[in-house]
Amino acid sequence: MKLKIVALALAAAFSVSAQAQTEIQWWHSMDGALNDWVNDLAKQFNASQTEYKVVPTYKGEYDQSVAAGIAAYRAGNAPDILQVYEVGTATMMYSKGAIKPVADVMKEGGVKFDPKAYIPAIAGYYTAPNGQMLSFPFNSSTTVFYYNKDAFKAAGLDPEKPPVTWPDVVSTAAKLKASGSQCPFTTSWMTWAQLESFSTWHNTSYASKNNGFGGLDARLEFNSPLHVRHFENLGNMSKQGLFVYKGRSGKAISSFISGECAMFVGSSGSYATISRDAKFKFTESTLPYYPDVPGAPQNTIIGGASLWVMAGKPAAHYKGVATFFSFLSDPKVQSASHMRTGYLPVTTAAFKLTEESGFYKKNPGTDVAVNQMIRKTTDKSRGVRLGNFVQIRAILDEETEMIWTGKKTAKEALDTGVQRGNELLVKFQAANK
Amino acid sequence: MEKRVLFRSTWLPWLLLAPQLLVVGVFFFWPAGQALVQSVQQQDAFGNSITWVGFENFRTLFNDATYLASFQTTLIFSLLVTVLGLSIALVLAVFADRIVRGATFYKTVLILPYAVAPVVTGLIWAFMFSTSTGVVTYWMRQVGIHWNHLLNGNDAMALVVMAAVWKQISYNFLFFLAGLTSIPKSLVEAAAIDGASPWRRFWTIQLPLLSPTAFFLLVINMVYAFFDTFAIIDATTQGGPGKDTATLVYRVYFDGFRGMDFGGAAAQSVVLMTIVIALTVVQFKFIEKKVNY
Repeated sequence: MKLKIVALALAAAFSVSAQAQTEIQWWHSMDGALNDWVNDLAKQFNASQTEYKVVPTYKGEYDQSVAAGIAAYRAGNAPDILQVYEVGTATMMYSKGAIKPVADVMKEGGVKFDPKAYIPAIAGYYTAPNGQMLSFPFNSSTTVFYYNKDAFKAAGLDPEKPPVTWPDVVSTAAKLKASGSQCPFTTSWMTWAQLESFSTWHNTSYASKNNGFGGLDARLEFNSPLHVRHFENLGNMSKQGLFVYKGRSGKAISSFISGECAMFVGSSGSYATISRDAKFKFTESTLPYYPDVPGAPQNTIIGGASLWVMAGKPAAHYKGVATFFSFLSDPKVQSASHMRTGYLPVTTAAFKLTEESGFYKKNPGTDVAVNQMIRKTTDKSRGVRLGNFVQIRAILDEETEMIWTGKKTAKEALDTGVQRGNELLVKFQAANK
Repeated sequence: MEKRVLFRSTWLPWLLLAPQLLVVGVFFFWPAGQALVQSVQQQDAFGNSITWVGFENFRTLFNDATYLASFQTTLIFSLLVTVLGLSIALVLAVFADRIVRGATFYKTVLILPYAVAPVVTGLIWAFMFSTSTGVVTYWMRQVGIHWNHLLNGNDAMALVVMAAVWKQISYNFLFFLAGLTSIPKSLVEAAAIDGASPWRRFWTIQLPLLSPTAFFLLVINMVYAFFDTFAIIDATTQGGPGKDTATLVYRVYFDGFRGMDFGGAAAQSVVLMTIVIALTVVQFKFIEKKVNY
């Protein structure tokens, strides 16, 4: 009799766990203040319903988590949702059977999904040529120009008047240097900010076939006279000490936060970290442009990442993912995320909600990122979609570094970059026939 | 005189060797075999479409001018790491051997860096030499040296060599010290009585008797410089500026795990493996003759 009671008790205990929620594994690369944001989103979603539980896991930086996701997929152990940066889009898109398009996930999950609700410049980046949305735009940033208002005042410049054109940047940097600044201007994410976004901002091709949207036979075109002129300009600034190279990817951010560099081109997504750690007044402004280029300024390119859904999971998981995505698309959630992090609001409704709340008036400069994006895109400015893009960016990091060290001229560096990059595009085309 | 243990049963030796063979099989032969297979394939990142391409990957590699340049970079890097690592460790070991008071303290402190993970080592050195916030950079600027490893290839190479050597000195030091203490004190004392100076004693007695240890460490250091240093390079310079510190092993890591080009990375690791095997064979064949056991 006692044995039966014990057995019943155990069975009851274990049966409770059998009705447990479906866990949705979410691998991401958000660290610092953004990690808190991701965890809060998951907590909010989990608290709003009981069927699903989203479990976010930090897997390292963008390239590390993509590598982890791919290795997990090969081992049959992929997460449900993987956050992949924008340069990995072509790799994810062309992978046969490894991912499940978001449009399908939402349809099967029975969730209402209107692709037209999303801002074109953002959603278009992650959409297939036939209009089907492949991944969910989660944290899209864009390039913006940050500047240190206190440093401007100390140099005798008007802190409310940032430089808008590149010639302005040069003259402002000269004044800052004259007042003693060791680093008037720097940039982070060199290839993203000064080549990709530069191209779309000036409505100039980065690559053929509409920057790669038209097919795998696209080839690079960023050694045009305008690009060469810009890098010659930067090279001259570097020689005069007006532009100081501070390293690859996001390394330069700490130089701005520490107050060492007065002007800085970076991601709008860094807003959260900068506003938390900087001890001076700063604000965002639009990316500088060359006023003599027709069509400039057009729109900047997005950065950041999107959420991809991996294939081969049970149907219940997909329903959970669809519910989570529709939670993330809610204008209130979007607006709150946008105000907190500096990442762009993904839907027009979210942008309007933020505008109505008066956030932009209270925090001047935070609407710069959105204003640069909420325009009608052209074929040359929708984005960039190329295979082996990670390696192409690394090649460009190497080649442009040779300009600052004086080993190559701007033209040589960009020409070599195009040549080496095209070899990789040919390889990608062959591997993904 | 050759030392040999004789086993009478036929299966006991195999049984005793089995754990080691298993470890070597799983952690060396299996990945090496997979690298060989993947080096003749071209696959997409997810492994869903695999095509056999023969020696295409190798041909692309050797046609790449930057790959050939990385041979030179790797050679310079490994020579510097090996020579500096061995000589500094030897000097420290000889001095540590002669100390009477506080010997344990010195030995512990000198061996400590070996416990630090390579990535952490790289980060420590990158932080000290950081162009914006580095302590050492600041001191050097006071003396007039403008250190900038972001733009100066030689500074970058110096930084990675220092970080790699710092770690390896502890390891070498440990072995050299053990080697020195195993030299019978009577030999050294006899030479001292005969009037040989410390320098003479070192050169004619201690060094030749250290040669087995030195030879062993030479092989280990070369392998270390070729294979185990990518974490340090990744944490400090990421192969930059340009390609000035991109050693062969860093390229393998980058092309394979960042670029998702598994075929090309496998081909590179096969080349790397061949080089290190060849080097080890050369070392054993030619240098071992000079070692006095």
